[in-house]
Amino acid sequence: MNKLVVFCEHQSHNLKRSSIELLQFGRSKNFHVVGVVLGSEGSAAAEQATANGAHEVLWFDDAKLNGYNPELFLTALEVGIKQSDARHVLAPASSIGRDVFPRLAARLDSSVASDCVALSVDDNAFVAKKPMYSGKCFAQVSLKDSPYQIVLMRANQLPVAAAGSSNAGAIKKAALPDVSLKTILKEVVKGASEKLDLTEANIIVSGGRGLKEAGNFKMLEDMANVLGATVGASRAVVDSGWVSHSMQVGQTGKTVAPTLYIAVGISGAIQHLAGMTGSKVIVAINNDPNAPIFQKATYGIVGDLFDVVPKLTEEFKKLLHK
Amino acid sequence: MKIFVGIKQVPDTETKIKLLPNGAGVDLTGVKWVVNPYDEFAIEEAVKIKEKNPGTQVFAITLGPKQRASEVLRTALAMGCDEGVVVNSNIELDNLSVAKALTAAIKAEGACDLLLLGKLAIDDNGSAVGPMVAELLGTPHISVVSKLELSGSTLKVERDVEGGAKEVFEVSTPCVLTANKGLNMPRYASLPGIMKAKKKVLKEYEAEALGVSASTAKSKMASFSMPEDKTAVKMLTGDASAQAQELARLLREDAKVI
Repeated sequence: MNKLVVFCEHQSHNLKRSSIELLQFGRSKNFHVVGVVLGSEGSAAAEQATANGAHEVLWFDDAKLNGYNPELFLTALEVGIKQSDARHVLAPASSIGRDVFPRLAARLDSSVASDCVALSVDDNAFVAKKPMYSGKCFAQVSLKDSPYQIVLMRANQLPVAAAGSSNAGAIKKAALPDVSLKTILKEVVKGASEKLDLTEANIIVSGGRGLKEAGNFKMLEDMANVLGATVGASRAVVDSGWVSHSMQVGQTGKTVAPTLYIAVGISGAIQHLAGMTGSKVIVAINNDPNAPIFQKATYGIVGDLFDVVPKLTEEFKKLLHK
Repeated sequence: MKIFVGIKQVPDTETKIKLLPNGAGVDLTGVKWVVNPYDEFAIEEAVKIKEKNPGTQVFAITLGPKQRASEVLRTALAMGCDEGVVVNSNIELDNLSVAKALTAAIKAEGACDLLLLGKLAIDDNGSAVGPMVAELLGTPHISVVSKLELSGSTLKVERDVEGGAKEVFEVSTPCVLTANKGLNMPRYASLPGIMKAKKKVLKEYEAEALGVSASTAKSKMASFSMPEDKTAVKMLTGDASAQAQELARLLREDAKVI
C-alpha cells in the first residue's frame, strides 16, 4: 500500500472540509493515509481525521505551531513526510498550502501542482486537472517523474461522505525539531468578516457596478446571511474602492467554483468570467439583456436589481424558514 | 542594497484562449504578452525602495523565449529598474526548473538582498516559483504581501490570508517576498522612462547552461481541454415578484443548491 500524507488544516478546532475531502480521496484510492496535524489546538482535528479516513495521524502537539510560521510549518511537514515514508502528498490550495508546499517541494527536489480541481491516480502517479488562465482552459499535470508528488487541491472539488466511527486510526504524537527562526509572526489581524473565504465558500453572492454605490452591498450581505453565503465583487467595484481586494473574483482576484454563484449587476468581463465559470449553478441578475454574463448563466433575470434582490432574499427566507 | 524583481510574461488578460488541434497545448500565435499583473506590484515596490534608499540597484529578471522576454523586461526598465536579466528558454519548464534557473542566474549576478515577485502568475495560477527560489537561495520568504516597511535590514511585512485577515511578520534581508494587489499603485512608464530603458543593459543567460532543460522537469502538462459547454441559460419572465419566486423554487427543487 502506497503511503499518502494529507495536510490536515484546522480552524477553530475543526478539521477543514478541504482536508476532509483529501483524506477521503486517499482512502478511496487505497492509499495508507497519514494525516499530519499541526499545533496544540489540533486535538479535535486529529480525531476528526481518523474518522474521515486517516489510517494514522501524526500530531505535532506544539503551541509554536498554533499560528502560521512558514519556517516552522515547513520543518514540521518535512518531518511528517519523512517519518511516514510517503511519496504522495495532498494539501488544500489554501493560504498556508500555497505558501509552504512549493518551498517544501524545492527542498525535496520535486515539483508541485497547485490550484487543482480534479485528481486521479494512474499507475501510482498523480495526474491533476488544473485550470489555466483562471479557467479559460484546463491542463492535465502529471507528477510521474517527481520524487515526491505534491498536489494542492482547491476546496469543494471532491465529494465528502459522512464521517465514520472515530478512533479508527491511531493518533501518534510527533515532535517539532528546534529551528533557529529568521521569520517572526508578530500579530494576526482578523478580517472584517467571519464568513468562509471566497475560495472555500459553497455559495457566493457577488456584486458589480450595477449596484451603483458601496452602501448598496448591504443588500447582498442580507441575502448572503440568509443563504450562509460569502459576498464577492467584480474588479470594477474593487478598483473603485467600494470593497476590499480580498473580495475580488476574477483573473486578477480569486478564482472560485462554488455550488451556487449569484452575480448581481455584473456585466461579465472576460477576466471575471474566467474566475467564476467553474461554478456549478450560476444566476445572473442584470438590467442589460445583452450582458455577457447571461452566456455563462444557468438562470437569468433581466430586471432592476434594486427591485429583484430584496424580493429574492424574502423568497430565500421563506424557503429556508428564516 | 541589491534588489531583484522576478517577472513572468503572460498573455494579456483580454486574450481569448484557443487550443492546438490535438490538445497538446495552447495556441499562442498572435498573443499580446504583458508583464504578469502581480509582478507590476513587485516592480513598483522595488523602484520605491530604490527611490528612498540611494545606492540601491534593481535588477529585473525573467525566463522565456528571448524576444518576448526582452520586450517585457523593457517595460520593467521603463518603470525604473536599472538592468535586465533574460534567461533564454524556448520550452515550457516546470516550476522547479524555472526556480532552479532563476536561482542560478541570480547567484551568477552576485548578492541578492531582496527578491520581489508577484504572488502568482495569472496564466497557471501557480504561486510556486517565489517560495521555491527562496528555498534554493536559503533565505526566508513571505508570500501574498500587501504592506511592507523597510528599516535598515529589517522588514515588517503584512501577508493577506483567508477572509480578509492579515498576518504581520518581521523578517530580515536577505529574503524573498511575493506581492499582492494593494501593496502599491504601479506607475505607468513615462516617455523619458521608455527612452532611457532602450539604453539600459540586458544580460543574457541560456537556461540549458544553467542546468535546466526539458529532461530536468519533474512535472509535465498535457491534454489541454476547454471548459464544458454550459446548457443554455433559462431566462425567468414576469414581474420581479414572479421572477424571484420562480428562481428560488428552481434553485431549491431543480438545481438543489439551496
